[in-house]
Amino acid sequence: MAGAKEIRTKIASIKSTQKITSAMEMVAASKMRKAQDRMSASRPYADKMLQVIHHLAQATPEYRHTFMATERPRKRVGYIVVSSDRGLCGGLNSNLFRRLSAEIKEQQAAGVEPVFCAIGSKALGFFKRFGGKVLAQATHLGDTPHIEDLIGTVKVMLDAFEAGEIDAIYVASNEFVNTMTQRPEIRQLVPIAPAEKPEEALPYHWDYIYEPDAHTVLDALLTRYIESLVYQSVVENVACEQAARMVAMKAASDNAGNLIDELQLVYNKARQAAITQEISEIVSGAAAV
Amino acid sequence: MAMTIHVDIVSAEGAIHSGQATMVYASAEVGEVGIAPRHTAFISRLKPGDVRVENEQGEQEHFYVSGGMLEVQPNVVTVLADTAIRAANLDEAAAQEAKRRAEEALAGQQAGFEYAKAQAELAEAIAQLRAIEKLRKTKRS
Repeated sequence: MAGAKEIRTKIASIKSTQKITSAMEMVAASKMRKAQDRMSASRPYADKMLQVIHHLAQATPEYRHTFMATERPRKRVGYIVVSSDRGLCGGLNSNLFRRLSAEIKEQQAAGVEPVFCAIGSKALGFFKRFGGKVLAQATHLGDTPHIEDLIGTVKVMLDAFEAGEIDAIYVASNEFVNTMTQRPEIRQLVPIAPAEKPEEALPYHWDYIYEPDAHTVLDALLTRYIESLVYQSVVENVACEQAARMVAMKAASDNAGNLIDELQLVYNKARQAAITQEISEIVSGAAAV
Repeated sequence: MAMTIHVDIVSAEGAIHSGQATMVYASAEVGEVGIAPRHTAFISRLKPGDVRVENEQGEQEHFYVSGGMLEVQPNVVTVLADTAIRAANLDEAAAQEAKRRAEEALAGQQAGFEYAKAQAELAEAIAQLRAIEKLRKTKRS
């Protein structure tokens, strides 16, 4: 009967694990919905800002901000790596890091030195293991990241760019395709790529009235624009994290269910064997009398 | 029907307001501006303060922004509001903080960590207080 008892405790422990994973799945599902809402809420800001920047670029062609300047030869590039703070979200972070290390190898082969900026503790942990120069970090942003928490981190990178220490800045984060799919993406942040679609020529020439002047306005705008892009990736990454966790936890709960079914069969067999043995012992005992 | 202008107030963390208005007031960097429909193209930084939107019924809606950008096109007013209190020194402090955190985390040193953190937090709090004080002063004057 000892075997049966062992199996029973095993089943009980798997059941409690299953309870935890299914609770985590439900929590992740509700958090994901909120994160998706936040993701769409942050879009209009960046869109509007891009509109204004395009207007400005058209209106004052003589002033080129360093962020919009043409490409310069690359010796060092910066990566802002956006990851989650917590694990148990499937292959989300490891996929991103794999994509990143492939990219880094490529860059190093081309003689470009990468520097990093880590957002989220998983990224920081990765660079601790992987090595690499981390200029700045921001961790424990929680489920509702605020732009305040990112200003400093982004500024470190932008300052380095302006000082000519790095020649380009990329953002590596997960793109939210749908609940089942998240794709690791590396996008160029600075220098800002020129508008893809050629703007339709305006019927007449016009310009803004600037207050205080074009440069100040453009500087402030571009910094905010870049911050908002980073913020967007962070929010998107939160949505990815929750989606990935939901899927991973669902798989874990299903696996636990299968395991319990299998163990239940084994347990029933063991119990039946014990009973049969007992009966045969009694019968043979009675026959002997 | 009165002439109207479309107003969008957005911040990085979400859209705040969108609708038609007959007049928009905002505190631009050089002073309070009033924007009527068909205003010429205009762009300015905003000081922390009120943005008032007057709709066709003559009702005024107030929005507090802690700074940002104001863009005016003849038919559209866009307020890109900051959600954070921004000042050059505050940004700088945040940048320093982010750098320090990175160095500390990678060095893995724990000694003096609590003290340094407390110190940085104190510095941040002081800087914030200073900013708020400044905001108050500019608002009063």
